[in-house]
Amino acid sequence: ANMAALHFEVLARSKLARASRLTLPHHVVQTPMFMPVGTQGVIKGIANDQLEELGCQIILANTYHLALRPGADLLEQMGGLHKFMNWPRALLTDSGGFQMVSLLHLADITEEGVTFQSPVDGTPMLLTPEESIQIQNKIGADIIMALDDVVKTTTTGPRVEEAMHRTLRWIDRCISAHSRPTEQNLFGIVQGGLDPKLRDQCVKGLVERNLPGYAIGGLSGGEDKDSFWRIVAQCAAGLPEDKPRYVMGVGFPLDIVVCSALGADMYDCVYPTRTGRFGSALVPEGVLKLTNANMENDNRPLDESCSCMVCKQYTRSYLHTIVTKEAMGSQLVSYHNIAYMMKLSKDMHTSILEGRFPQFVQEFLQKQFPNRDVPKWVRNAMEVAEIDISIRVQQLARETFLIQDNWRH
Amino acid sequence: MKFLVDAWSAGARAGSLILGELQLETPCLLMLTKKGLPAHITQDMLDDLQTEGRAMQISPIEFLESPPPKVVAAVGGVHKYLYLKKSIIVAVARNQFGLEADGLNGTKFGASFETSAGRRVVGPTKYMEAVNALRPDIWASLPDEVPAWATPKRHRMAVDRTLQWLDECLSLNAVQDDKVLGVVVGGASVEERKRSALETARRDVSGFSLSGFGLGENHDERGELLKSIIDNLPEEKVRHISGLGMPEEVLEGVAAGVDLFDSTYPHTLTMKGFAMVFPLSMEKQNGYYLEKKNGHHLSNGDMKKKNGFHVSNGETAGVYLDPSKLDMRSYIHRLDTNPIVKGCQCYACRKHSRAYIHHLLNVHEMLAQTLLDIHNYHHYFSFFRAIRESIAQDKFESFRNWFTSRSYDNTTVDPATYKESYMDGLLLAKN
Ligand SMILES: [Zn+2]
Ligand SMILES: [Zn+2]
Repeated sequence: ANMAALHFEVLARSKLARASRLTLPHHVVQTPMFMPVGTQGVIKGIANDQLEELGCQIILANTYHLALRPGADLLEQMGGLHKFMNWPRALLTDSGGFQMVSLLHLADITEEGVTFQSPVDGTPMLLTPEESIQIQNKIGADIIMALDDVVKTTTTGPRVEEAMHRTLRWIDRCISAHSRPTEQNLFGIVQGGLDPKLRDQCVKGLVERNLPGYAIGGLSGGEDKDSFWRIVAQCAAGLPEDKPRYVMGVGFPLDIVVCSALGADMYDCVYPTRTGRFGSALVPEGVLKLTNANMENDNRPLDESCSCMVCKQYTRSYLHTIVTKEAMGSQLVSYHNIAYMMKLSKDMHTSILEGRFPQFVQEFLQKQFPNRDVPKWVRNAMEVAEIDISIRVQQLARETFLIQDNWRH
Repeated sequence: MKFLVDAWSAGARAGSLILGELQLETPCLLMLTKKGLPAHITQDMLDDLQTEGRAMQISPIEFLESPPPKVVAAVGGVHKYLYLKKSIIVAVARNQFGLEADGLNGTKFGASFETSAGRRVVGPTKYMEAVNALRPDIWASLPDEVPAWATPKRHRMAVDRTLQWLDECLSLNAVQDDKVLGVVVGGASVEERKRSALETARRDVSGFSLSGFGLGENHDERGELLKSIIDNLPEEKVRHISGLGMPEEVLEGVAAGVDLFDSTYPHTLTMKGFAMVFPLSMEKQNGYYLEKKNGHHLSNGDMKKKNGFHVSNGETAGVYLDPSKLDMRSYIHRLDTNPIVKGCQCYACRKHSRAYIHHLLNVHEMLAQTLLDIHNYHHYFSFFRAIRESIAQDKFESFRNWFTSRSYDNTTVDPATYKESYMDGLLLAKN
């Protein structure tokens, strides 16, 4: 498994954080990076040209959904998902296993694979590691994910250990099934629940396989935040320096900043687009609920520091009248939220390059927590990341107070 | 507002509507909006559509409560509020998405509308509060619209009320501009239509909006109704019509001398999953889907087996009897790498295949509506352009005859021909 269809270069470091250039078959991407989720081969309501305009470098598509409709054979016949959706930049597909376990009631995992009831006709079906890879080979994404044995993070006991060992057994089946290693990059997924020993074993096992990249899986499933960041920190530290690290299912801006400070590079989540459809805009201060009545008379843009099409053109007042009511409301707020995530990624990348990542983190936290009530888990994580946030936060608080004071006069 | 008639052809006229720095060539289509914006096309995509995409119709009824008129007024009107600086905004009471006043709950104080805050009666005062806040480029007065089947007495009352409301709107017009269209009503009564036109023409208006069409009138009597109105309107003023949508209806309106249309047709097709594909000129038929191609044919059964398709019950083999539109939901598009219309310059056709649009519809992704709306509007704008050209060349009558007879001819073509050509298309798509 020492073949890779990517080139990964760390351009700069700031303690554990890294800014890198990842050259994939279809696009050269920069990390840290957020990958918007286009489940069905489309980011809801956003056209390809708009995604390019927004600076999206890679889109994640869900194998399970694509295998159902339009079908892997059809995609292969059409020359792959890139051609089918006419997306010139990079794509990533998941294994399909997680979607089955989370979406279907009757999914069951055995040594052979994931058994589930066909959502079309209810007949029992089986997704093996081999099949997952075959389907992903047909879809043709730049990065494909190994089928892993996912358990809920809240699960404890022997099931967690079993899942970790099975994930390692399955990775070998995935590797031998992978038919396009020079065109697609197979990433392995670290499992092991919240048990550091199991995580360590899994990291070592995967690293032995010398894969093009690694993901940290099984998180963002309701575990407490302190456990979450500790697992990310531990896995990131154990994974090779010269390979990309992808934390799956992470999409809250705060989580992304923390994980990047701990040495992770890639993230994906439906959160920015989904929350946009429900009328919440991501802004440096946190989340702006456009459905709130006080938005009706607010003629400011969503985010004064954002230069996206939506912030240039529309006021909070107008968006308040259309969110959750008109399709245009979803389109516009999702658009801005992707712009926000892209800017966040880019700002992290640039600040690491320019040697001012700690300041970036300090300013980010200052805006999110103007009352200096940075959660304990973030402070703990920043200690491990060696980013001092105490002094700066106080100092910035004073500056902001002065600015606000000026505004009042 | 200045309106110049540039050319006449068999009753139809081509002209230019000049509003400051903006200009509109007529006859033209006004894009429909929801709360001031197209339903699915964001502004950046609109730039790419065609210059015609810059003319929009909005409804002041949607701007009564949320956003409050004072918020829109505070920023200086709808152009600034919605960043529509280069757009021509025509404000007409009738909501084009089917929430028009039905006339039955109206009173002498106002017309009844379904609004975001429930059903309410809107009189001239409330209506003009919204118009004055929006400051559109052109606006029509508040009409008392009633369905064609209402009693003659009710139609007489509608004419009286609409005239009275016009006078009130004119006196409530904050800036006393020359942007007013007087609304002509009168249902299916030739006499009332004539009276409404004559009386409206006496007022200080810059043009006319012909209202109450598409509300159940008999299609055979429409020509006569249009004539009775337009014969009594001054030639030099612009004429807008609400409720004529289909291409044949548009041609009928143009023939009668109408300049501005607010057709729901392109968007209605989009919402049903259809794409407009009718040919746009007599010389160049773009019906490539009718071409006979050589090659062996696959039966539906073979196709299914070969690709492992699950054809759900809702899907039926698409055999097109109507060559003016494609049912993009039909599974026969699933392998078709062609654009909706070969050579179409719209974003949807330049970027995406029928197969992809079919997939988006199949999985209920709203980008399908965006792409279809872009194509359908683009196509309908091109149709209006063809109409303008035919008038400029004094060939409108033959254009209209060709268009209407073409529709008739093609619907009589043997369905098997369509099926065959589609299967050929699939085969081509695979190679
Ligand atoms: Zn923005
Ligand atoms: Zn097109």
